[in-house]
Amino acid sequence: MYNKNAERRRVLKREWKNWALSYAMILPAMVFFGLFCIYPLCNLFHLSLFRGNVRNPYKSFRGIQNFVDLFTKNPDFVPALKHTAYYTAVVLVLLISLSVLCAVWLSKDRKLNHFAQSAIFSPHLVASISCAFVWSWMFSSEIYGLFNTILNAIGLKSVRWLDQPSTAMNCVIVMNVWKNIGYYSLIIMSALKAIPTEIYEAADLDSASPIRQFFQITLPMLSPQLFFLLITITTGSFMVFDSIRVMTNGGPGNSTQVLCTWIYEYAFLNNNSLGLASAGGVVLLLILVLITILDFRGLERKVHYQ
Amino acid sequence: MNTYSDQLASKEELRRISRARRRAQFMRRLPGDIVKLAIVILFVFPFYWMISTAFKSYIESIQTPPTLWPHTFTLENFSAIGEMNIDLPMYFKNSVIITATTIVLQLLIMIPAAYAFAKRDFPFKGVLFGVVLLAFMIPGQLTYISIYLMMAKAKLLQTLWPQILPFGANAFGIFMLRQSFKQIPEEILESARLDSASEFQIIMRIMLPMSKSAMITIAMFSFISIWNNYFWPLVMTTNEAVRPLTMAIQKLRDSGDNAIRWNVLMAGNVILVAPVLVIYMFASKKILKAFAYNGLK
Repeated sequence: MYNKNAERRRVLKREWKNWALSYAMILPAMVFFGLFCIYPLCNLFHLSLFRGNVRNPYKSFRGIQNFVDLFTKNPDFVPALKHTAYYTAVVLVLLISLSVLCAVWLSKDRKLNHFAQSAIFSPHLVASISCAFVWSWMFSSEIYGLFNTILNAIGLKSVRWLDQPSTAMNCVIVMNVWKNIGYYSLIIMSALKAIPTEIYEAADLDSASPIRQFFQITLPMLSPQLFFLLITITTGSFMVFDSIRVMTNGGPGNSTQVLCTWIYEYAFLNNNSLGLASAGGVVLLLILVLITILDFRGLERKVHYQ
Repeated sequence: MNTYSDQLASKEELRRISRARRRAQFMRRLPGDIVKLAIVILFVFPFYWMISTAFKSYIESIQTPPTLWPHTFTLENFSAIGEMNIDLPMYFKNSVIITATTIVLQLLIMIPAAYAFAKRDFPFKGVLFGVVLLAFMIPGQLTYISIYLMMAKAKLLQTLWPQILPFGANAFGIFMLRQSFKQIPEEILESARLDSASEFQIIMRIMLPMSKSAMITIAMFSFISIWNNYFWPLVMTTNEAVRPLTMAIQKLRDSGDNAIRWNVLMAGNVILVAPVLVIYMFASKKILKAFAYNGLK
């Protein structure tokens, strides 16, 4: 009896030791996540209830007044939301359709296709700030700007690309689509290669047209990847910052002000609006969570997992 | 003998047929291939434009119509950066220190955590791994305000730490390395344990050597994202002495007198982009594979 107890205690002790070692192994990671992910996120909610600046973030308590102000008083926030939504919608449609097209177009195993693939992918690796600068240079409104030279050469008038509200956002969109299409088409392409060829052979036997094969076989088989694209592109687009900041800095006027540039401006550049910026951050977080839930809900039934 | 020469003849004939077929295929594909090549050239043209502008004189860079390649090839744009009171070597050094330190710190934190999640059992493992996934999804754009205040409180804003510490734990890396560790068969670990190897020895002698490719992939992802980072240094730093290369490039534009000197700005961008593009040229296949895997998991 006594022996059994001692034995059990010994086993328990060894188990405890094992657990302790496991926890010690993950402890550094958890401390870092806690400090730099979980705590800052919670603190964002706390900050959003106050009025203050970077030196003194908790000057006075405002409760939910910051959130009310965002939608009623602040002149830039709602436009920024709209611009972000426009940017996201256009980028989403362009990126998904073009990357599927590009992947199908380059999917055959050939040297030329491999070369084209690695060329189209290259902008994804380059700093967004460099991409933005090159495109700003090509979009230069001066007469020596590359695109204006081309327009003039074929007899059209110069366009003030990034310097007028009607075109500025679209120029940024073009740049971002160019930068990211290689990555997304790469993902679609590796999924294309995983589709068993027997399915196409069977469809050929039934003499299904290539277009019908694309819509009835290829797209459904790609649905997990399309779903991945949908989530990463929407959440990523809501976070757009670098390219806007470099190419237009929110202007002209506030025609390209998006959520993240708005938050940055109110947090660091304007006076005593850190709480307001944090409230904007909370709204951004809620939007991201909402998008993710909606995407999962809406597509759960439609996605075809193999 | 006879049959052998027959075979030879038929082989010759086969070769001729296949050559003819290949030529026909080539001709049939040619128009499509030319279009393909043209689109690819258009696609990489911005990089060409960046590089060619970087080697043009100021006069040539704003001439109309612009020249496709530099007629007078000049290196003065690179030296002009120094004359603009921008200490490029310092920014470069900061970038290197930040990138290298972050990657080392990430590995130190990532390896034991990935090992514990892959090969050990402990209570609340699922919940704790959920924390890793959560951290993976939280973007820096939501956390930087609080982290800035934290760094200010700790009086670290004048150092490089605010650009290193927040990236110390790499959630994506832990996730990927755990995946790689999981594929290593349990029997190897058990036999090592029978030989009374410590966990440290198991990690160093078995796990790491067998997950080399995952480690290289993770380090490469980290290198690219940290080297290219613009947002984080912008919001975390106020002092030029701790800023990395991306901030120097921005300063190149902002410190022009009136008009932007695009040729100098492009020279700066060439310096920023060169290390990444050179690596890509040598390892494009590996890099593409790594990115494709990233999307499939």
